[in-house]
Amino acid sequence: MSGWTRFTGQAVALPLESIDTDQLIPARFMSAPRGEGYGSFLLHDLRFDSAGKADPAFVLNRHRDANVLVTRRNFGCGSSREAAVYALVDFGIKAVIAPSFGDIFAANAINNGLLPASAGAAVVEDLIAALGADTAEVGIDLAAGAIFLAGRGIELRLAPDARDKLINGWDDIDLTKAHGQEIAAFCARHRRQAPWSWPGHG
Amino acid sequence: MSAPRTLFDKVWDGHVVLERPDGVALLWVDRHFVHEGSHHGFAKLAARGMALAQPELTFGVVDHYAPTRGGLAAAAPDIQRMVRTLETNAEAHGFRCFGLDDPRQGIVHVIGPEQGLTLPGLTINCGDSHTSTHGAFGALAFGIGATEVAHVLATQTIWQKRPKRMRITIEGVLGPGVSAKDMALCWIARLGADGAQGHAVEYAGAAVRNLSMEGRMTLCNLSIEGGARCGLVAPDQVTVDYLHGRPFAPAGPEFDRAAQVWMDLASDAQALFDREILLDAADIAPTVTWGTSPEEALPVTASVPDPAGLPQGRAERAREALDYMGLIPGQPLAGTPIDTVFIGSCTNARIEDLRAAAAVLSGRRAKVPGLVSPGSRKIKAQAEQEGLDRIFIEAGLEWAEPGCSMCVGMNGDIVGAGKRCASTTNRNFRGRQGRGARTHLMSPAMVAAAAVAGGLADVRPLLEGRA
Repeated sequence: MSGWTRFTGQAVALPLESIDTDQLIPARFMSAPRGEGYGSFLLHDLRFDSAGKADPAFVLNRHRDANVLVTRRNFGCGSSREAAVYALVDFGIKAVIAPSFGDIFAANAINNGLLPASAGAAVVEDLIAALGADTAEVGIDLAAGAIFLAGRGIELRLAPDARDKLINGWDDIDLTKAHGQEIAAFCARHRRQAPWSWPGHG
Repeated sequence: MSAPRTLFDKVWDGHVVLERPDGVALLWVDRHFVHEGSHHGFAKLAARGMALAQPELTFGVVDHYAPTRGGLAAAAPDIQRMVRTLETNAEAHGFRCFGLDDPRQGIVHVIGPEQGLTLPGLTINCGDSHTSTHGAFGALAFGIGATEVAHVLATQTIWQKRPKRMRITIEGVLGPGVSAKDMALCWIARLGADGAQGHAVEYAGAAVRNLSMEGRMTLCNLSIEGGARCGLVAPDQVTVDYLHGRPFAPAGPEFDRAAQVWMDLASDAQALFDREILLDAADIAPTVTWGTSPEEALPVTASVPDPAGLPQGRAERAREALDYMGLIPGQPLAGTPIDTVFIGSCTNARIEDLRAAAAVLSGRRAKVPGLVSPGSRKIKAQAEQEGLDRIFIEAGLEWAEPGCSMCVGMNGDIVGAGKRCASTTNRNFRGRQGRGARTHLMSPAMVAAAAVAGGLADVRPLLEGRA
């Protein structure tokens, strides 16, 4: 995964609370291999009717070029399905700005280069009102910890470890490989101290 | 003397391989459960040409796509492919997998404890948010995404930042017809679906201690619906008794030694929590959800709320939820007609859950069709031995094979568009049980009551005169 520091794009408002992972990608699409791209599954049942026809009024159908979402609290709550993040990323979304995120979703997002930017509820409401049904240019600077959107400068709230990972595009497996000896030592000690932790033979 | 520690901290501290200066720790993972949905994780491992680090600590089971009726041969090609992919990965990497023909097969969060793979004091991961279930044993168990699944497969470790600690203490005695499901829905309604975000929740108090392991699993299972990273209950004699003699649990003197360690895991008396919540069991009623988030729950005796009385963001959400659910503000919840019922899922498909539903259904007929999917083959066999299957069948419900089934609909068990389902599952999200499906979450006894009444109903009158 390649890292990124600065980004300029188009933001739209999705003024809903608790957009859960089942809405981000309905379960029936999850057996598809990633190679085909998950962008068409994003918010599928909100974007398309049961006959597969796009709802022309839905914000992401009107603004297919949108790449930053501004939404309400508890975005990405629910299941651990990383496919929810794949759907956002494959659609072209680079960042989601909301007052809060589901914990597992936020971790999955960082692992895929998607920024879960938390902002105060009042700030988000102000942005939603400013955006209305239109798009606005948005600039994000991870290093400076700032978002510029609809003429406003917003503090980017992001844990330092998450910021570093996004900027450097770190892959955890690569990082962990460097600690192979420590892991082996822990495993040996753990096996001595808590032998019952290893499963019996069933 | 070291500082007093919580149960969570004791388990965490015992698994830290190393800690980075930014506070992120690398934790050893004692158990990694995988299922058909873990295919992205295995694909990532394959893309790197890496081997599975610890096959003996990795266990697979077919559950998310498991057909509950008609067998695999009759299932759709993509379902067959998902099941085969897991079995192929198990063979290639040499880990144990409980396939559809295995008598130990069932829902991952049911069979882990059932087989004694889940033990107090362990760290447990699975690519499924309801991994919090295993915390009922005093294990540190949490759901992870596919990238993290690949990491655990490759290294048997996971990077984590230590969450804050919250304790939810429920004192007192639950009333008749009130269960662990109601305890969970009650606190989530009170604190919100993000109320415990960033926290490890320990459940304590007399009402928690008095729960069976099954009840504790239901309570911990739903921790994620309140936003918690995980849920835990301190191990006690109930825990030890449950685990004794389980196939993969330690045996003989080893078990006794382990049990002593487990009993010492309880939070120290002076241990500090970042947040403390106190509830009285007597205040908890049989609860049902009315909206499309688990926080949108009320006692069954209440009426559908009026969005006009809620704060702005929540009011909009409630309006949309009521529109989706086809409910009118002010209408009593009880009496709302339903189309179908579902008894199953990692939340409420254990033997105690089936007994609770059967106790209500015995000698009665369901007014609507419905599906009962036991949590595992073992539970199915036990239920049949106890004659519970006859009660469900005679009531008019379908008795099916185990799997995640109608909780998530991946295997094709879905609720039709616009249909209303009384369900023992964990999520009433829009479209969760099928596109356009309307889900009301409640306990197994309450689902049974809804089946008998043909609509949402208070189970308590139906329990009068019954044990």
